[in-house]
Amino acid sequence: MTDRKIRVLVGKPGLDGHDRGAKTVATVLRDHGMEVIYTGLHQTPEMIAEVAAQEDVDVVGLSILSGAHMELFPRVRAELEQRGLGEVMLVGGGIIPPEDAAALEAQGYARLFGPGTPTEEIAEWIKARMGERLAAEGGGA
Amino acid sequence: MSSAADIVERLRAGERVAVARLISWAENGDARFAEALGSVFEDVGRGRRTGITGPPGAGKSTLTNELTGLQRAAGRTVGILAVDPSSPFSGGALLGDRIRMEERTSDPGVFIRSMASRGSHGGLARAAIDACDVMDAFGYEELLVETVGVGQAEFDVMEAVDTVVVVLCPGAGDGIQAMKAGLLEVADVLVVNKADVAGAERLLTDLEDAVALRRRAEGAWEPPVVACSAGRGEGVEGVWEAVEHHRRWLAEDGRLRARRARLRIAQVRGAVAEGLAARLWGSGGLTERARSLLEEGGTPYDVAADLLSAVSARVVEPEEVSGS
Ligand code: B12
Ligand SMILES: Nc1nc2c(ncn2[C@@H]2O[C@H](COP(=O)(O)OP(=O)(O)OP(=O)(O)O)[C@@H](O)[C@H]2O)c(=O)[nH]1
Ligand SMILES: [Mg+2]
Repeated sequence: MTDRKIRVLVGKPGLDGHDRGAKTVATVLRDHGMEVIYTGLHQTPEMIAEVAAQEDVDVVGLSILSGAHMELFPRVRAELEQRGLGEVMLVGGGIIPPEDAAALEAQGYARLFGPGTPTEEIAEWIKARMGERLAAEGGGA
Repeated sequence: MSSAADIVERLRAGERVAVARLISWAENGDARFAEALGSVFEDVGRGRRTGITGPPGAGKSTLTNELTGLQRAAGRTVGILAVDPSSPFSGGALLGDRIRMEERTSDPGVFIRSMASRGSHGGLARAAIDACDVMDAFGYEELLVETVGVGQAEFDVMEAVDTVVVVLCPGAGDGIQAMKAGLLEVADVLVVNKADVAGAERLLTDLEDAVALRRRAEGAWEPPVVACSAGRGEGVEGVWEAVEHHRRWLAEDGRLRARRARLRIAQVRGAVAEGLAARLWGSGGLTERARSLLEEGGTPYDVAADLLSAVSARVVEPEEVSGS
């Protein structure tokens, strides 16, 4: 009997204290049937990657509104890769100017969602993307 | 896609991601789990398993974090399984226990896994024992299992660990409620947490009275009642001493062996029940038969008796038992 759920880590790297968006997204993903681990504020990139490893998540979602995303998002990606977690899907949100979003997407982030994105859209997008991945892997991982 | 053999090799090489992946396989009902467990099962059983249960918000995660700190100071490694409830509506879950254990994230001697209860209603998750077995096989010495916040009837933890710690706190019901809930029966150690809060003294004496009044078989364990303030890091040594005291008692007269044997029997029965249910109801034939018998006016018990006699003949057929 297989019972595959999408597991998502929602993390807040750095000193940014804006957590409304991260908490909102975490709750909405839960309401769409995902299992969500929220790390709380002030995490280092190492901590986020370590939690992702122990929790065996499918998706790591980061939230930054302070402007430090170009520094911190790539570091989280590097920490994940160092732990052999390069396959994990990376998404993010917050105050991210379009040119930064494009640069991050070119580095391997699947997608960045700016302010005002309807939360339904975020959940549906992640579900669809993960659905494709799981189908390609034959349902397992 | 990795094979069971690959993952087992990585587990033996000390890779923590292998622990994580094996636990996911167990949770997801992936067929590779059984194979992997088979090749590491000889290494399972060295870890000591302690359950931490109690009502929502009593301080289970905070206490788990403090007990972990004590063990780390003593040089012992710790594997933690923290279960939180799944939403009955969406099937999703917000797994928040590890926020209280944040300071352990960067400690290589601690492994924390959050788990959603999924379909289980007993305070744990179906794969909880599997997760403990994996952490045990990897070599974690102390295994701490935090249940969901329990109400009055979720006691699966007693079939999963060596020692059950029940955490209560003032304000979350009085001693009478604790007695009614049966929490006293499952407790090997009773903890009054939030001793810094008004009402803690009263709860402590209520519990002590309740424990003293309870009828108990000759030679049975009497759970000690210990107060602490996990949030302030005060009194947690006393909690651990009580756990160790219970361990010493378990070590006598083959009690630990008997308890663990009981645990495994319960696990086998659960697995058989799950497998049987899948085989019985999977095709939909029996449900159809029940539906038509009910329409003919049969009582639920008439219908159940009919279905039981219809399947029992087949269940005991020798080729069904020994084959496939
Ligand atoms: C509310 C707010 C606050 C609250 C925060 C409350 C809290 N607990 O979160 C308070 C008053 C505390 C605050 C403080 C500050 N703030 Co402020 N704040 C805002 C404000 C008005 C709204 C943010 C918000 O909550 N939006 C609602 C949520 C739901 O939206 P969201 O976070 O954008 O999330 C959406 C998407 O971004 C995306 N998303 C977000 N995270 C994630 C994660 C994942 C995984 C995914 C998939 C998607 C995703 O999905 C969400 C839904 O669409 C913004 C302005 C704005 N319009 O954004 C400024 C803003 C973010 N704040 C700002 C500043 C400067 C500050 C302060 C430094 C002010 C000061 N000088 O003291 C402090 C710093 C606080 C700190 N410790 O970090 C600036 C940041 C400027 C910058 N980046 O260059 C902004 C942009 C205002 C501005 N225009 O100047 N702030
Ligand atoms: N005053 C006081 N508060 C405490 C103490 N221990 C924990 N708390 C607080 O109690 C709240 C719940 O603590 P948790 O450890 O999350 O409780 P829990 O039993 O794990 O909760 P669930 O997992 O949600 O059932 C938190 O706000 C803690 O800070 C204590 O000793 N004293
Ligand atoms: Mg908890």
